[in-house]
Amino acid sequence: MTTAAKPADLILDFCQGIGAVIVQFCQATGKFAWFTLLSISHIFRPPYYWRNLVKQLIEVGYYSLPVVGLTAIFTGMVLVLQSYTGFARFNAESAIASVVVLSITRELGPVLGGLMVAGRIGAAFAAELGTMRVTEQIDALRTLSTSPFKYLVAPRLIAGVVMLPILVLVADIIGVLGGYLVAVYRLDFNPYTYLQHTWNFLENMDVVSGLVKASVFGFIITLMGCYHGYHSGKGAEGVGAATTHAVVSASILILLSNYFLTGLFFGS
Amino acid sequence: MPKIQLHGITKRFGKKQVLNGIDLDIMPGESLVVIGGSGSGKSVLIKSILGLITPDEGTIKIDGQDVTHLSERKREKHVMRKFGMLFQGGALFDSMKVWENVAFGLISVHGKSPRDAKEIAIQKLADVGLNADVGELFPVELSGGMQKRVALARAIATEPEIIFFDEPTTGLDPIMADVINDLIVECVNKLGATAVTITHDMASVRKIARHVAMIYQGRIIWYGPASQIDHSGNEYVDQFIHGRATGPIEMAVRKD
Repeated sequence: MTTAAKPADLILDFCQGIGAVIVQFCQATGKFAWFTLLSISHIFRPPYYWRNLVKQLIEVGYYSLPVVGLTAIFTGMVLVLQSYTGFARFNAESAIASVVVLSITRELGPVLGGLMVAGRIGAAFAAELGTMRVTEQIDALRTLSTSPFKYLVAPRLIAGVVMLPILVLVADIIGVLGGYLVAVYRLDFNPYTYLQHTWNFLENMDVVSGLVKASVFGFIITLMGCYHGYHSGKGAEGVGAATTHAVVSASILILLSNYFLTGLFFGS
Repeated sequence: MPKIQLHGITKRFGKKQVLNGIDLDIMPGESLVVIGGSGSGKSVLIKSILGLITPDEGTIKIDGQDVTHLSERKREKHVMRKFGMLFQGGALFDSMKVWENVAFGLISVHGKSPRDAKEIAIQKLADVGLNADVGELFPVELSGGMQKRVALARAIATEPEIIFFDEPTTGLDPIMADVINDLIVECVNKLGATAVTITHDMASVRKIARHVAMIYQGRIIWYGPASQIDHSGNEYVDQFIHGRATGPIEMAVRKD
């Protein structure tokens, strides 16, 4: 025979459930904050593994160039086409060059470039570190008196912070070039006037803000990749989940931080 | 003075009490083999000694120094250099060549130049029966037995004072397992190191051990000389060494 649960018990169960969720949230936040602090502190403490750093600079920078470059050129091309169809209604075609260059340098270059790199590098870092965790290679590093933070995490973070702005600078140039090609060769704009409008409306702050954003995004992407890989669960499923979490969390954080950074630079 | 002293070590993962008050003294030059079924806490025990896992309670002393809650930095600097470890799956760095794996500790711990470290690494590979050509391969190009040999060469490369062997013969055929057992005995004797091996392979126990400790439900339930294991008078030990399905030991079906 079963007895009906008392209302007091139901309330207690409900409170326990909420309490457990809050405790889990605090634990996860603390774990992530500690990981971030440790990672940053190891960037400034020797010894440095220069070979690893160079390898990661090449991995993040050089090997991401094709993806970021292709994204930038098509973004610039589409932007001109879309702007043209809209602006032609108001006879404002002359503003297209400045709209393209401002959109690319301020927003589309860093954000789209960051999202593409999050897919490529965030996933790769999470999978690599996750596999190292599962196969005990990270434990092996520690038994060889080597900090995994110093050896694995710090070089990746530095590579992200340094290489993303360079990638975005290249993306800015390629994006503007893509817009120029469509404007001049498809929409019959005057090349000289287009370039003049591009250059005249561009300010240093437009480019600098994009590069600062890129640096922050580089930190977010590499941190998320390393964090989720380092704390990967067991087996193929664990590594797969770590990879997914790395890409999703990096992408969301990029969009979130982009809003605040834009507010910081241009809010006033 | 014992090389390793464990007192009242406990460790819990969620609801599972993995270690439940381990007391153990391991003397210098000792070769101790810890036996026990899967999930009995053997790996957690050596990972606690290594500092890869922090126990909930108890103290761990190495050469009389309490290292239970040592900071990561101090541990790396003062304690880890005393240890060598052969992991169950080898845990070789797959992005590095074999010789770089073996030389890793020589470069990072002992500050040797890559050229000197490579020379020593090739010598250590020779000690485990591998020629210099193998040093230029990557771990994925090697068979399971060869990977174990490389992992052994890496564990002994820095000539540590204490070496841990985690299931050294798991996944190997009986002949290769015997080769690895012989190499472990030879290397440990040559170095004069203190060795702690965890295994459930009785052939390894009989070949490697000077003393045996059996762990069951997170406690050491028997400790004695290896020669006494067949006459332990302990029904748990008897069931384990004869591999009987029935007896006082109940095997956990679930891991957690």
